[in-house]
Amino acid sequence: MAAPSTARSGAGLPAELTEATRDDTALRRFLHGLPGVDQVGVEQRASGLGTRSIKKAAKLWAIDTAINMVDLTTLEGADTEGKVRALCAKARRPDPERPDTPQVATVCVYPDLAEVAVDALAGSGIGVASVATAFPAGRANRAVKLADTELAVSAGASEVDMVIDRGAFLTGQYMRVFEEIQAVKAACGSAHLKVILETGELATYDNVRRASWLALLAGGDFIKTSTGKVSPAATLPVTHVMLQAVRDWYTATGELRGVKPAGGIRVTKDAIRYLVTVHEVAGPQWLTGELFRFGASSLLNDLVLQRRTQLDGYYSGPDYVTVD
Amino acid sequence: MSSSPTENPWEYAPAPESRDIANLKPSYRMFVDGEFVEGNGAGLKTINPATEEVLAEVSTADSSDVDTAVRAARRAQEKVWRKMPGTERAKYIFRIARMIAERSRELAVLESLDNGKPIKESRDSDIPTAAAHFFYHAGWADKLDYAGLGPDPRPLGVAGQIIPWNFPLLMAAWKIAPALACGNTVVLKPAETTPLTALVLAEICQQAELPPGVLNILPGDGTVGSELVAHGGLDKVAFTGSTEVGKLIQRTLAGTGRRLTLELGGKAANVVFDDAPIDQAVEGIVNGIFFNQGHVCCAGSRLLVQESVAEEVLHKLRARIATLRLGDPLDKNTDIGAINSAEQLAKIRELTAAGDTEGASRWTSPCPLPDKGFFFAPTVFADVQQSMRIAREEIFGPVLSVLTFRTPDEAVTKANNTPYGLSAGIWTDKGSRILWLANRMRAGVVWANTFNRFDPTAPFGGYQESGFGREGGRAGLEAYLDD
Repeated sequence: MAAPSTARSGAGLPAELTEATRDDTALRRFLHGLPGVDQVGVEQRASGLGTRSIKKAAKLWAIDTAINMVDLTTLEGADTEGKVRALCAKARRPDPERPDTPQVATVCVYPDLAEVAVDALAGSGIGVASVATAFPAGRANRAVKLADTELAVSAGASEVDMVIDRGAFLTGQYMRVFEEIQAVKAACGSAHLKVILETGELATYDNVRRASWLALLAGGDFIKTSTGKVSPAATLPVTHVMLQAVRDWYTATGELRGVKPAGGIRVTKDAIRYLVTVHEVAGPQWLTGELFRFGASSLLNDLVLQRRTQLDGYYSGPDYVTVD
Repeated sequence: MSSSPTENPWEYAPAPESRDIANLKPSYRMFVDGEFVEGNGAGLKTINPATEEVLAEVSTADSSDVDTAVRAARRAQEKVWRKMPGTERAKYIFRIARMIAERSRELAVLESLDNGKPIKESRDSDIPTAAAHFFYHAGWADKLDYAGLGPDPRPLGVAGQIIPWNFPLLMAAWKIAPALACGNTVVLKPAETTPLTALVLAEICQQAELPPGVLNILPGDGTVGSELVAHGGLDKVAFTGSTEVGKLIQRTLAGTGRRLTLELGGKAANVVFDDAPIDQAVEGIVNGIFFNQGHVCCAGSRLLVQESVAEEVLHKLRARIATLRLGDPLDKNTDIGAINSAEQLAKIRELTAAGDTEGASRWTSPCPLPDKGFFFAPTVFADVQQSMRIAREEIFGPVLSVLTFRTPDEAVTKANNTPYGLSAGIWTDKGSRILWLANRMRAGVVWANTFNRFDPTAPFGGYQESGFGREGGRAGLEAYLDD
């Protein structure tokens, strides 16, 4: 099994994938040549997987794994340094009374607050993810988007969550989107790049599949469903289609890329449904924070609550976990 | 290899449904004229195919019991049921439907115990669909004048019905609900290996105060079935089962003037074109052949895949099949349960051995098999040719035969090259091709970009050796009305 790798597009890819990004025509032909997604079929399969019954040790494992996959997020206009510090403290100790509780993967903030998060998390091993590229709309000049990315990285962000230009994608300017992702990837340096497709605006599963492949071809380390600012945000069938894309990418190239659903995942039951989907669609290799994340703000509290319930055998209630 | 299972960090803990919910009794009796009575037959023991343990003893009928039941059904038909206004008959049938829904959990567990099917399927498919058939037909009972079958269609009289073991309660519902709605009375024989849920249905009918004799249930083996179909007191016979037995029944009834509908075997083609939504086609193929362990007469047992995508489809198919969880039917996470009987398991083994001998390439899911019980791992045969037995004969198990084609015409020719004609599947993103192909398929049901979808409003039935007559929908009423 190949180790998770930060892939560079073009290098070592099979010929048909290198050829796919040669020019605008080739890229369009490639993306439109991907097999279609049948809406009824994928929704039926996604809801079928939702009926898996996860109990006892398997549930506790799922809760711990899910905590480890959380990108603990605050992306509000009202965010302050104080709010970010509080969140970072929460990230360090999700359940102060149970120090064995796993840590979250990262704290996710706006670029201007990335430095605060980096300070607050120093030495913890927890990463800092920063949104960039004129999040959430992405309606800005490329120079602004690249400057946004560079500022986030220079502030110490280890991960960058960019948004694609949905307007360009929906008008079929795939090469424009591709080049922009490549440019942001270059600006990231060693930071991991997550590419937000904003699936709620792409509207069809065929588009989700095309955008997923486009982001993978351009070198995204993760493909991410949503900003959380558009409804619908993450859904199981959309995540299903994206997991199939990274699985197919792995089959074609041997490289492991990640998936991040974000927005609307609030309770443990939902998180477990996503993990079942990861397990049975992409495969067990993806059951790690290296390759799967949850973008969420309130999910962590429910995971902590349910973890206690599993260990104590009774339900404690929301007043026993810290608000942030 | 990318599809090989790697070290799995996450094993699902067992999540079994409690067998106590089934309210299993040590013994069950046949149901005649509104009462549970001891039959004069030898009695049988029904077993759990997942463990081979005896579940219950069931008393069976002999020829005198068949006669008693048919007479009771005749009395009830003439004195009560046919005279009753449709609105009143509907009330009974609605009541039965509601009681099935209320006891759905109990029925689902009992069905999985007796049949071996996964609880996921009995819970989410068999029992809700059985209730839906009663609900649907209850609605017809007072509207038969408007069914397009003449101004005043009359019931046929007494119907003898014989059902198979693959969907015990659902098949009972398919048969009983339209018969009762149309004013007929019924003598039903459930399959020898799966009599229990039909007898709980009898209990439900008793509690619903269905008039005595309207429904009679006679457990037993094939001899009880042949006594029943040969009985001169019947007006109609409805049979679901093997083509071989269907032919015997047709011979018995020839020249008697009694009506007959047959729903027999199948060897359905699932046709996948190169422009199909491949991932969903793979799901459809899996659902088509591994649903209910492949014990489905309309199973998509022949995969016809266009040569240009055959390799990709097979690769994805194997990876997907390897994720199917085989084991305890009562575990909520089980995808593939037990084969219903030792006899059926032997038949599957015999036919798959023939596949090896004739030169097809066998692939078997690496899933572990339980030590006890009748289990058969999901199996795919590639390089299958039309001339092989596994392409022609119904296996009735979790075994898929894969054939390829090059052009749409070749797909039609191969799909129709079978004495059967129950169902077919088409997978393509091109709407015009779906319509073109569906018009040329000789099959009673053609699914497009889906498979194994059932609904009481949709008629179901076959061509050629798959039988005749329809069940479900308006067309299904015709089988129980004299127009």
